[in-house]
Amino acid sequence: MDSLQSYLFLSIILFCFGLYGVMTRRNGVAILMGIELILNSANLNLVAFNRFGGLSELLPGHVFALFVIIMAASEAAVALAIIINLYKTFHTVNVDEAHEMRG
Amino acid sequence: MSNIQSLTYFLPELILTSSAMVIILTDVFFRGRNRNRLIWLLSLVALGIAAIFLLLQTTPPDAIFYGALAVDPYSRFFKWIFLLATVVIYVVSPYSRELDNNPRHEYYLFMLLVVFGLFLMASALDLIIVYLSIEIVSIGSFVLAGFLKQERLSNESSLKYVIYGALSSGVMLYGLSLLFGIAGSTNVFDIQAALSGVPDKAHLTLAVALLLVLTGFGYKIAMVPFHFWTPDVYQGAPTTITAYLSVAPKAAGFALALRILGITFGSSPDMNLGEWLPVEGLPFGTLIAIFSAATMTVGNIIAIQQSSVKRLLAYSSIAHAGYMLMAAAILNAQAVSAIMFYLAVYLFMNLGAFLVAIFIHNRYGYDEIEEWKGLGFQAPAVAVAMGIFLFSLTGLPPTAGFVGKVYLFSVLIEAQQFWWLAVLGVLNSVVSLYYYMRILKAMFLDSEPTGERISGHPALSGTILLLMIPVLLFGVYWSPLMNLVRSSLEFFSPGM
Repeated sequence: MDSLQSYLFLSIILFCFGLYGVMTRRNGVAILMGIELILNSANLNLVAFNRFGGLSELLPGHVFALFVIIMAASEAAVALAIIINLYKTFHTVNVDEAHEMRG
Repeated sequence: MSNIQSLTYFLPELILTSSAMVIILTDVFFRGRNRNRLIWLLSLVALGIAAIFLLLQTTPPDAIFYGALAVDPYSRFFKWIFLLATVVIYVVSPYSRELDNNPRHEYYLFMLLVVFGLFLMASALDLIIVYLSIEIVSIGSFVLAGFLKQERLSNESSLKYVIYGALSSGVMLYGLSLLFGIAGSTNVFDIQAALSGVPDKAHLTLAVALLLVLTGFGYKIAMVPFHFWTPDVYQGAPTTITAYLSVAPKAAGFALALRILGITFGSSPDMNLGEWLPVEGLPFGTLIAIFSAATMTVGNIIAIQQSSVKRLLAYSSIAHAGYMLMAAAILNAQAVSAIMFYLAVYLFMNLGAFLVAIFIHNRYGYDEIEEWKGLGFQAPAVAVAMGIFLFSLTGLPPTAGFVGKVYLFSVLIEAQQFWWLAVLGVLNSVVSLYYYMRILKAMFLDSEPTGERISGHPALSGTILLLMIPVLLFGVYWSPLMNLVRSSLEFFSPGM
């Protein structure tokens, strides 16, 4: 299990699960969970490339992953606030029911 | 350049962030009745000081923070566009009735933070900055789009924005991680050096990475097929924010995409050479040409069917992204200058059109094309200005939009590539004439003069008329703007 390929394989599986979740789930919070999976698959990529690519001195991949974690947290905070606000006006968190604009 | 030395070149951005902190504190400690006004004034002063520092920044191209950010004429040109758009929106925001029941001081704060993100987007040289700056702009825009908390449409638009935005930036991040994996560095120049030597087998990975990265960039500039958020967000968001989103983040998206794609996937790290060729074996131009064709066609065709003016302008802004992408398929010096020129012109004409939409919205509360009937008699000056903005958006002489389009088309013709794209662009302009003229017809022909007059706040009408001046002026005397663009066409490159 200690090769770059296995990590990349895991990350692409995570990415596909995330994308599948975003496409199929109708609950706003579940969609956010799918997006988190996508972000984490990219993080796994970054850290794995850093570990196996012989780039250990400055750890650019690890630093990148840390920034992504911070951004993911703030994005989740804003997204959850928006979903709470949606619940107050639409009384649902189902994204299909919040669909009044068409055309 | 080391971090301490870099700070002097980072002053405009520092002013923006520190004044944002001052505003948060003011918000906490100052509870008077004039809080909105005070914070409005503070933000405008902050933008003014940032502009002064930007004006004083005349150093040759350089990279600061160990090569993470570029300080060059190219980024400064875009920073001026962002400042101009922001100031226009700040000036009209107090007079937009939509915002009346909401805490405007928070709105000003978020706009200031978005400007900071836009500044970073224009000067990013590092994949980490690319991701961070896009996210800073996005997160601020999510909040601003959903700013009318009691309005269902505004909530829906911010929900759609946050889902599409988070998804596309996540997909882009995956692409960036692949680029990092291929090249072993987050610096675009290192990546370029690594990519120009990749073996043939890695080209598939490279093409996949390019496509994934284009997802994120395409979302910011509203490129088909990553445009689905645009009409809903533009329709539901407060009109001031719609105007802002259609101009500033789009310009930033182009600034970022041209520089990052140009360097990363170019055969040379120096963008100043004039000629540009993609990394060998990568079908860059064809890919962008297809996206461009799809973007302008979809934008124009769907715009025809719209009855909401905000939604119509949203689709039209998609179409305009398509026109600009035409030149991006070539990406030589002429193409970049044509896009910069068009973005500057687009700033005036599109902001102008949306400000007239605010004018109508203040009066009637919504923005169906029906409400525009008779505007030509009720508010002649504003209606004539709207007519000029629409002529310019269509690309009819003697307006600036015409000159901008001529430059975009001449890129394709002089490069003698993608003839079909130029033909499609002209056909699309003809289609766009139809729906722009529908608004014009509603304003001037669909109703009899009733003698009724409507007048908006002088600041709003005045700004609309002021925006009309450059649209007309640059239509007949565009060389000052083109000279500015040409002198701004200087990128940082490590060989300098």
